[in-house]
Amino acid sequence: MASPPHTEQVNPLVEGLERLPVPATTLVIFGATGDLAKRKLLPAIYNLAHEGALPERFNVVGVSRRDQTDEEFRAIARESITLYSRREPDQAVLEGLLTRLRYVGTSFDDVAGYTRLATVLEELDAETGEPLEHAYYLSTAPEYFAVITKALDQAGLSKDAKIIIEKPFGTDLASARSLQAEVSKVFRERQVFRIDHYLGKETVQNILAFRFANTMFEPLWNRNHIDHIQITAAEDIGIGSRAGYYDQAGALRDLVQNHMLQLLTLVCMEPPAALESKQIRDEKVKVLEAIRPPSIEACKQQTVRAQYATGNVAGEDAPAYIHEDDVPDDSQTETYAALRLEVENWRWAGVPIFLRTGKRLARKVTEIAVQLKPVPHHAFQNAGSGSQEPNQLVLTIQPNEGVSLKLGAKIPGTRMKIRPVAMEFRYGTSFVSQSPEAYERLIMDAMRGDATLFTRNDEVDAQWSIIDPVLQAWREDAVPMSAYPAGSPGPSAADELLGEGRSWRGL
Amino acid sequence: MSEEVWSAADTTPSAIEEALRALLARRHAEEEAFVPARVLNLVVIVDDEYRGEIENRLERISQFHPSRTIFCAVTPGRTTLDAWASMAAQDAVAKPGHLSVARERVEVELGEKHLRGLDTIVGPLLVSDLATLVWAPHGHIDAVHGLRRLAQIVLVDSLDEPDLESALERAAGLADGLYVVDLSWLRSTPWRERIAAAFDPPDTRASLDSIASVTVRHRQDSAASAALFCGWLASRLGWRPERLVRDGEDLAGRARARRGEVMIRLTPALPLGSPGLSGVTVETAAGDSMSLERSSGGLRAGRRGRDGLERAWTVLGASRGESGILGEGVRQALLRDPTYKPALECARAMVAR
Repeated sequence: MASPPHTEQVNPLVEGLERLPVPATTLVIFGATGDLAKRKLLPAIYNLAHEGALPERFNVVGVSRRDQTDEEFRAIARESITLYSRREPDQAVLEGLLTRLRYVGTSFDDVAGYTRLATVLEELDAETGEPLEHAYYLSTAPEYFAVITKALDQAGLSKDAKIIIEKPFGTDLASARSLQAEVSKVFRERQVFRIDHYLGKETVQNILAFRFANTMFEPLWNRNHIDHIQITAAEDIGIGSRAGYYDQAGALRDLVQNHMLQLLTLVCMEPPAALESKQIRDEKVKVLEAIRPPSIEACKQQTVRAQYATGNVAGEDAPAYIHEDDVPDDSQTETYAALRLEVENWRWAGVPIFLRTGKRLARKVTEIAVQLKPVPHHAFQNAGSGSQEPNQLVLTIQPNEGVSLKLGAKIPGTRMKIRPVAMEFRYGTSFVSQSPEAYERLIMDAMRGDATLFTRNDEVDAQWSIIDPVLQAWREDAVPMSAYPAGSPGPSAADELLGEGRSWRGL
Repeated sequence: MSEEVWSAADTTPSAIEEALRALLARRHAEEEAFVPARVLNLVVIVDDEYRGEIENRLERISQFHPSRTIFCAVTPGRTTLDAWASMAAQDAVAKPGHLSVARERVEVELGEKHLRGLDTIVGPLLVSDLATLVWAPHGHIDAVHGLRRLAQIVLVDSLDEPDLESALERAAGLADGLYVVDLSWLRSTPWRERIAAAFDPPDTRASLDSIASVTVRHRQDSAASAALFCGWLASRLGWRPERLVRDGEDLAGRARARRGEVMIRLTPALPLGSPGLSGVTVETAAGDSMSLERSSGGLRAGRRGRDGLERAWTVLGASRGESGILGEGVRQALLRDPTYKPALECARAMVAR
């Protein structure tokens, strides 16, 4: 009969379980009545409850400036969950969850508010009959991150707690370092979970599986076989009601500094010794540190910024960025950014990596295209095969998540003519099951203390070190602001970034 | 839902396979975004007379539906093969930028004589290189064994067997060479997760060594779920279970653990809405007790400390229902749970005659 080793250090009962135990926790959401909480966090918490994945002793305390009762907060939560949950709520589970919700109304710098929060946390511990772990989710405007961190410390609420910080972590290198200095006065790095929700996406995690669970591609994954890499995060929509945030941030801060550099690290990192938090993040940092931050002069050659102008989308006139609601007429905020970067190490030296992102582009797509070098000798050219193209591997993050490989194949007929065809894997056909939302995975991981899918301090620092000179060059107008029609693939200036013989993948 | 159908009487496997390819080509020509799902093959062997109930269960498993279902309906005395095939997608026209994912279904009406060579009928109809799951809810165990060369996974429900011992023996027989997904095992999953979580805090983990008794309450027909739950505890904690004996309606006995004996009791509970467990109580030698009971919106958890202090709360979670269990069974076919087989072995030791 099997008799596995059984020590006090290892819980032998968790082997084989899909849902690992999570410590009893009270999750405090700062900004609990904000858009993110309503659209993402509360529905994610409900879905975790539905699946029986939450810790069995679990509470949520909402904190925001609005003065309201527990019942009023529960009504907001009920409405948000009903509206935004990825599945129809089970009423018994929903009602059970709502009873676990409490609310504290306070401004984030009010000492008395934290005293009331401490009282609520004590009451919940007393109701449970045991001290619960505390996790603070900062879903507020970034200027409050340091304020809340400090106030938690002063109220004696930071000890052994976890803190989950939404993006953006700083607006440039100096502000990120300043924020980190404040956070690290109160919390150790192992207590801090910086959210980049891209890392919670199944398709982003699949980049690691694709690279390190298959032997087929890794031998080709280097400067000898790869010509260049394109990472695209294109959106077809404008800024909606986010003008207040977006006009301050711009495309570079909104997507490149965080999500796109994260994608770059996953594509370019060395295989980690183990799929553990430290090993993975160590390898990602090495990639970021191998990217030489562009000088102001180099930014002229390596970066493009642009803003969308009036255009036509699906037969409808689309306004220019500066005519969007609440955007200043003289705004110099970029809605499009493209960069050429290089990872200067043995594997990647000389392989340009192009990043582009923008609003109001022709199509919504996030993808990584790895363009391989052409065959050394075009043996089929004499047979009239003029259209032979290099292999291209495309990892699509969204929509139509999957991987496709462009290959040359013989066109049926009497001549030996070649044309590119696609060999495709699509998540939607190979895994007919609903993926959890990124926030479900991230909230669980944070409560369990698993930081693998969160951004470490030195990662954030390295990301800003790359982006900071670009911000400066753009601020000093060293790079002209281009324009592109709404609904188009982007500015023509971006084509020049690629150099001769290369073109962006079509949008 | 858009669907394209083909059918033929007195046909052959190769004709059915050809029809499937033609259906796919035609649908793809009509809608470029139309692609067939490629998750797994599911071969279902049923008595034609009772096929309706199984068809209804398969209808309700929603997103966990396999990509190609080959439904073999057996009619005594039938001498010919009749077949019907369909290719259905949720959306007749794909939403812009999205795929239209199709599921294929083949129904083959056959006689008992065909079961001897069922692999030669089913083989040509399988999508190559996909995992193949076999489910025979009306018995037909010989037919399942006949498909061993084609299948990797077999779906069983130990609840279907008339007695507990033969249910576990059947599962063990199949587990030799196939990966077994037992719905009775899956019905115990939330209970196993919660007991694992209850002992997870480091200060509680040490008391795993001092478990003195385990009582599992179950629906009358779900003794297999209860035995597998106890088998799981025994295999994970290194207990050596002895044979359980009848004690009134209960099965009771003990297991030898590192530090003493553990009393085990399986108790049929009052009729419940759906099969599975209705409650679990684990007690330690020091007098601590933890219990779980079915309740609305989750499991009702209770703790009693050695000081006699009692606390109770609800562990949130929605009931999956029987359709959810079957869907989970299909999903689990693509995973591997290393703890089932050792749990099954311990459960067999408990119920062996």
